[in-house]
Amino acid sequence: MGPVSAGVLQLIALVGALALVYIPLGDHMARVYSSPKHLRVEKWIYKGIGADPDTEMTWPAYLRGILAFSAVGVLFLYLLQRLQGVLPGSLGFSSVNPAQSFNTAVSFVTNTNWQSYYGEQTMGHVVQTAGLAVQNFVSAAVGMAVAVALVRGFARSRTGELGNFWSDLVRGTLRILVPLAAIAAVVLVACGVIQNFSGIHEVGRFMGGSQQWNGGAVASQEAIKELGTNGGGYFNANSAHPFENPTPFTNLFEVFLILVIPFALTRTFGVLVGSVRQGYAILATMFTIWLGFTALMMWTEFAHHGPALQAAGGAMEGKEVRFGVGGSSIFAVATTLTSTGAVDSFHSSFTGLGGGITMLSMMLGEIAPGGTGSGLYGILIMAVIAVFIAGLMVGRTPEYLGKKIGGREMKLAACYILITPALVLVFTAASMALSTPPHSMLNSGAHGFSEVLYAFTSAANNNGSAFAGLNANTDWYNTTTGLAMLLGRFLPMVFVLALAGSLAGQKPVPVTAGTLRTEKPLFTGLLVGAILIITGLTYFPALALGPLAEGLA
Amino acid sequence: MNNSVTNTARLLGAGLRALLVLTLVTGVIYPLAVTGIAQALFRDKANGSEIKADGKVVGSSLIGQSYDLPLKKGQETPDPDLKWFQGRPANGLGANGINTRYKLILSGATNLAADSGDLLKQVEDAKAAVVKDNSVPGCTVNPSQVPADAVTSSGSGLDPAISPAYAGLQVHRVAAKNGLPVAQVEKLVEDHTDGRTLGFIGEPRVNVLELNTALKGLVAHK
Repeated sequence: MGPVSAGVLQLIALVGALALVYIPLGDHMARVYSSPKHLRVEKWIYKGIGADPDTEMTWPAYLRGILAFSAVGVLFLYLLQRLQGVLPGSLGFSSVNPAQSFNTAVSFVTNTNWQSYYGEQTMGHVVQTAGLAVQNFVSAAVGMAVAVALVRGFARSRTGELGNFWSDLVRGTLRILVPLAAIAAVVLVACGVIQNFSGIHEVGRFMGGSQQWNGGAVASQEAIKELGTNGGGYFNANSAHPFENPTPFTNLFEVFLILVIPFALTRTFGVLVGSVRQGYAILATMFTIWLGFTALMMWTEFAHHGPALQAAGGAMEGKEVRFGVGGSSIFAVATTLTSTGAVDSFHSSFTGLGGGITMLSMMLGEIAPGGTGSGLYGILIMAVIAVFIAGLMVGRTPEYLGKKIGGREMKLAACYILITPALVLVFTAASMALSTPPHSMLNSGAHGFSEVLYAFTSAANNNGSAFAGLNANTDWYNTTTGLAMLLGRFLPMVFVLALAGSLAGQKPVPVTAGTLRTEKPLFTGLLVGAILIITGLTYFPALALGPLAEGLA
Repeated sequence: MNNSVTNTARLLGAGLRALLVLTLVTGVIYPLAVTGIAQALFRDKANGSEIKADGKVVGSSLIGQSYDLPLKKGQETPDPDLKWFQGRPANGLGANGINTRYKLILSGATNLAADSGDLLKQVEDAKAAVVKDNSVPGCTVNPSQVPADAVTSSGSGLDPAISPAYAGLQVHRVAAKNGLPVAQVEKLVEDHTDGRTLGFIGEPRVNVLELNTALKGLVAHK
């Protein structure tokens, strides 16, 4: 069997595995967010928090809960890094400097996991396990909470109530993420991912002498890193590091973990709005884009255009032998079409067009299938816009899931889709226009520009992967990417929750002969088209200067 | 005004308590439970899959190593020890920049672009070296035979494996340097070649440390 057919078979196996768990997981998550019962341990937790989980919240109250929880999270993680030098269990590593601590704290709380630090030589056990890994869980749970609040906005009528944030946060963590992560972590250890708390120690070498290793709770962090679409690696090389991703099987398994919750959430959505076929239409949209992009990526990477790759005889620069071109291509698309940003191969050394695909994947807004939670609310916003466009075509007031999409709803949706492009383009332009930020580029010309464009695309979309040649550990990049991550995470949430509140307050419109049937393939086609056209129009000029200029040279 | 300050403080207090409780669950109980299971059921793997030769630990089967001669005077990069199978280039490892009292094993890629002149030069130099090192009397290596993994740096810089093609290319050289029959070394490589998992996951590969450890055994019992 050749590498191309092996790659295609891996893709088919992945689709099969995702299909197998789609209904059980989706239904489970729907029960988690709608069951009136609390587990005993949850009741203790609510007592600890001092919150009543049965109080319904309006959208401003729900948003305040998220902002308070996230603000405390940033501060806590910042202090943990600043105090690392005096904390026990930190391998004797020194404290992290202020700009980098701010950047990293924001990065993990916003589910971005952009890393301007060098994992294995910067962060000790305490910061990794009790700081960074905790945010891997809770930032994903926050994303799911916002998605569920929006779904409730569609499902409920004549009320301003969107559920209880504390209850959604705790349930998402305890009933969905922790059990899945625990199972995944044990599978990873069984395949060779390390899981220990040993200090820095010497291990013998074949040629004599020794090498210095640090241990760590890697498997437990790796599992939630993929499952929560976080992406921050324990080691600098992320999922290319053999201790994070030791075998071809773990590679495919990690891609599965990245995709499983975002895809299954479309089922949850369908169940909660009372029509699983609405969920299938959204799933079909995500699936079409994901499959198309993966096929394109495999094609360009196997073709290995570019002088250095031609000379080498294959696109193996920055890729591991055990994954090969096929496994690396599948991972690269999955990680950028979700908000993950973990890498098993280095995107900067991909072909020009391959690098462009990773960037375009993020620019779509990470909705195919997108981040844990953020993917669902992102694509529902696009669905609102697609419905509006369809409404314009036939001259009818647009409606979606029985709710009118009026002026207020459209304004909120439009604000949502304008935020990230504004952040990406303004910060990229500023970095190119100022005199010192361009010095951080490793490569020159079109690829150098791509490094900067990639950095802000990744930060504002909360992805976290990088064209890692860029030296991002400068005050400029630590600060600006930090701001891009914060604004790119929380401003969209404001608009999503405001939209949810506005929808929940409406009374449902009855379905008539003139209603656009949003559960039909026609709508899926319209939605795919709307997503590609809107993103294309927004980013084409920037893409032309970077990856397209390189790929077509 | 006063009211809103109190409300904000109350909300932040709830946020802090929620964070602390969830840190206890996901940052203490969860990792300790996973570590307990890992150490009970998969002790070797959880501790880094170390392998031994002659009773001594020679590294991890997962982590690639270099097989170089000692540095000569005035040299910046050591020459490869051609007695042993060689792994992939690792040009993007970087250096210990902080916490420098340690000499930790690092990971990283070059991040050079497909159209980078630097990368092109690295590839061409590596290819020339592979051709030169592996051309022994009676067996000349043609540049077109050199596989891509032999001349490119991996993603981690710690790739433990090479392609069967690159291992095969080194057979004649290794046999000659160790005074072993070619067929015996060929058999050794064959025995250490892992196919795709279940026939389709990943790529076929040869673990260099395991191969060299076995080779050492062969040489000792020659």
